[in-house]
Amino acid sequence: MTGQLLEVNDLHISYKVYEGLLRVLNGVSISVGEKEKVGIIGESGCGKTTTMKAIMRILAANAMVAGGTIAYKGHDILRLGRQELMRLHRTSMSMIFQDPTAALNPVFKIGDQLQDIVRYSEWRSSVPNKQEVRTRAVELLKSAALPEPERILDSYPFQLSGGMRQRVCIAMSLASAKDLLIADEPGTSLDVTIEDQIMRLLKQIVEERGLSVILISHSIGAVKGFVTKLYVMYAGMMVEEAPTEELFSNPLHPYTQNLLKAVPKLTGGGVPEGIAGRIPSYLTITDACRFGSRCRFAKEHCHINAPPAFDVGNGHKVACFLYGGS
Amino acid sequence: MRMSTFILKRLSYTVFVLFGLSILIFVIARVLPGDPARLALGPRAPDWAVENLRQQLHLNEPLYIQYFYWVSDAARGSLGESLVTRRDVLTDVQEFLPATLELITLSALLVVGLAIPIGMVAGRRANSWFDNLVRVLSYVGVAVPAFVAAIVFLLVFGFMLNIAPSIGRISPNIAAPPTVTGFITIDSLISGNITAFFDAVVHLILPALALALGPIAQEARITRSSVVENLNKDYILSTVSHGVPERLLTLKYLLRPSMIPTVSVMGLDIAALIANAFLVELIFNWPGVSRYGITAMLRKDLNAIVAVVMIAGIIFAIANIVVDLIVAYLDPRIRLVERAA
Amino acid sequence: MKGAISRGGFDYRKSWHKFSKNYLSAVGLGVVLLVAFVAIFAPYISPYPSHAEFYVNYPEAHEPPNWVHVLGTDQFGRDVLSRIMFGFRYSLMMAVVVLSLVVPPGVVLGLVAGYYRGGKAEMVIMRAADIFLAVPPLVLALSICSVLTPSVFNAMMAVSLMWWPWYTRLVYSISSSLRNEAFVQAAEIAGASPFHIIFREILPNCLGPILTKMTLDAGWVILIGASLSFVGLGAQPPTPDLGTMVSEGGKFLPELWWISMFPAMTIVLVILGFNLLGDGVRDLFAAEAV
Repeated sequence: MTGQLLEVNDLHISYKVYEGLLRVLNGVSISVGEKEKVGIIGESGCGKTTTMKAIMRILAANAMVAGGTIAYKGHDILRLGRQELMRLHRTSMSMIFQDPTAALNPVFKIGDQLQDIVRYSEWRSSVPNKQEVRTRAVELLKSAALPEPERILDSYPFQLSGGMRQRVCIAMSLASAKDLLIADEPGTSLDVTIEDQIMRLLKQIVEERGLSVILISHSIGAVKGFVTKLYVMYAGMMVEEAPTEELFSNPLHPYTQNLLKAVPKLTGGGVPEGIAGRIPSYLTITDACRFGSRCRFAKEHCHINAPPAFDVGNGHKVACFLYGGS
Repeated sequence: MRMSTFILKRLSYTVFVLFGLSILIFVIARVLPGDPARLALGPRAPDWAVENLRQQLHLNEPLYIQYFYWVSDAARGSLGESLVTRRDVLTDVQEFLPATLELITLSALLVVGLAIPIGMVAGRRANSWFDNLVRVLSYVGVAVPAFVAAIVFLLVFGFMLNIAPSIGRISPNIAAPPTVTGFITIDSLISGNITAFFDAVVHLILPALALALGPIAQEARITRSSVVENLNKDYILSTVSHGVPERLLTLKYLLRPSMIPTVSVMGLDIAALIANAFLVELIFNWPGVSRYGITAMLRKDLNAIVAVVMIAGIIFAIANIVVDLIVAYLDPRIRLVERAA
Repeated sequence: MKGAISRGGFDYRKSWHKFSKNYLSAVGLGVVLLVAFVAIFAPYISPYPSHAEFYVNYPEAHEPPNWVHVLGTDQFGRDVLSRIMFGFRYSLMMAVVVLSLVVPPGVVLGLVAGYYRGGKAEMVIMRAADIFLAVPPLVLALSICSVLTPSVFNAMMAVSLMWWPWYTRLVYSISSSLRNEAFVQAAEIAGASPFHIIFREILPNCLGPILTKMTLDAGWVILIGASLSFVGLGAQPPTPDLGTMVSEGGKFLPELWWISMFPAMTIVLVILGFNLLGDGVRDLFAAEAV
């Protein structure tokens, strides 16, 4: 429990909707150390973003935390007071959202948005002069490898390309991330070449500043060169956790195995099969193993109880009855 | 496109539309069954009087000649003679228009000044008692016609509680300020007569509120749902996650995008204030051009009717253009789309 | 070939289930049905049906609400409740007649203007619509009525004359954006006639907004009708129209408040009912579209 920058422990989150309760997160645990780079992979809808929003405490109004704790730098995030939370937001942790177009206010100039963020992150008590704030904003845009930063400050989001918007979001995060950076699928909405550039930029920034990172991705390729520890998530459950190399060379959970097999290889082997079935509905979900309905190895007890995370050594944990207990 | 081009285009289009409107009104007035002259003078008037009036109104000439007469008169600054007041309609309009404009302006200010803040607060505190109250009241408010609101206000505040006076623009015992703009409120401020100013405001408040009630309810509801929707948008969550203080977030980053859907509807409603003014002025006996218009309509005063409808059209068009400009200002995507990088 | 966007059948049971769960819309539906019921059966269920038209009974005049006359009596001794019930007939008739007259031509014009984009038809139709829409609705209605002999019939005609452009505009915006969708072009290539495309491909996609608008419009038409008769340009006394009742009763404020207040509140109730119902209809179609 000690020494870690961020500890998410057994998090349960549900959403209240018209039809009932969406029990999305079912006991998610993550830990991120200082300067550690951690990745989370999983399909759409598995709860990755929900977990991240919980860490940043920007969940929707209809979200309920039904259990678990989040400890960040010694603070109990879920119970933290407004002022303290805001201080952390301004100086310590920050998040890059999945879709940079949606993450920028469409009716304000970049300059407005960035300068307001910068002003509160750096000059928390004193009142800065406008020129100082603007200079700092330009610096940040430059660190995000944006050309013509002055022109960008005076532009509106819709006037920039997708890649530029993503860099602007990165620049904004740099203002307020001194310890932890959460990147939610930073390249998903972009062209592959641009995505590659963005990932390189992120890597460089993270190294330079010694930040801890949580990188969420669909793309196995992107995480491979970036993170040292990987989590695999499925339907609100953390199914496997391992150092990157270990996970790729020795995937244990049936889901992870299928996931890795689903990546087409240039060296041949034919077109991958994919996994039959779909993510279960969070409305009608039970306490059974959530992958049970799609698992080749599923036994009786898999459909009754969810497996805890079994430690198989080497920093490798699997939530599957194949590797322990019953 | 640039702002000036935009305005120019709209103005010329509006002029075209208004011309079309004048023809429409003209045609309707002349073509529909019933002899306007007979209707105006009543069934007991002698035939020769009716015939005289027909001559006077050029009713025996072909339609386009009649229209020509009307247009050329208007160009020379005359809108024809009113059957009721026996003066040039233009003079009547000049006398009564300021009162209506004053009323509508105050109503518009009330709508803008009340609907948006109420909607914002309700949206921020969704599902609180305040929000629920706002939602219920706005449902009802939208369903209340302006004339019902006017009567209820008159009854409750005018008679029962005796708070606000019910007739006229200013109390009889207070001297009206010298006319500069025709707006008693502004004129009294100009001449430094504070008593008159407050008196005028008190007389204005009931009819203005009656007019504004429907739009306030509607716009508050739209603002509220817009706020609730935007609160979950990524760009707001992102701003929160960067630690921007709440005040700034609400008053700057939440307000503007939430206002945009409201302002468009608000434009239609404010422009329509002129329509409801017809009923409200009647009830409060407000000496404005709308009440003049109703009287003209009841008395079949053709020239006056045409003039009043045209004025309503002009006010409506101007209000719409102003609103479009405001929306373009608020939403840069509309302004700058053609210049997108 | 069915359009990619147009729906096949309409699942009535699922829609009703969704609709009734939203209790506000159910309330709206209830109010509207109640009004319709009262309007249709007014002569049979109202306490004093003969009071609806010309009737005078001075000894019973000016009575405040009591057990004999639940909503009181007016200046002629007529029972206010009965007159309100008959008043519903005029309100509903206004809504039904106007919408029946207005919707078909308005919709067709909008479809044509949207389909023949860039052509003469579009220009003529939409410019004409713009001209009618250049003045706020009430003003136009008032002025048309003012050159006619005041009557219920003429009021309905006047409102119909100026209401059609709203539907044209609505349908035009939908049909002109659908015009270039793949399924329309596919139908054209397959040799379908414009008639088929307009009515079998494009129109079904407009039904949702049209029905929503019709429901909400019912309320607004009733409101305009009441405003017209309030001013004296619509129904004439002794017709028990809600608007005329408010106007006549207005003279007796504030002492005999019930003569105008009850009809006024009823107007609000009717409009509210249609508004709630209209919201429900809109939600219904919005949910379907997902």
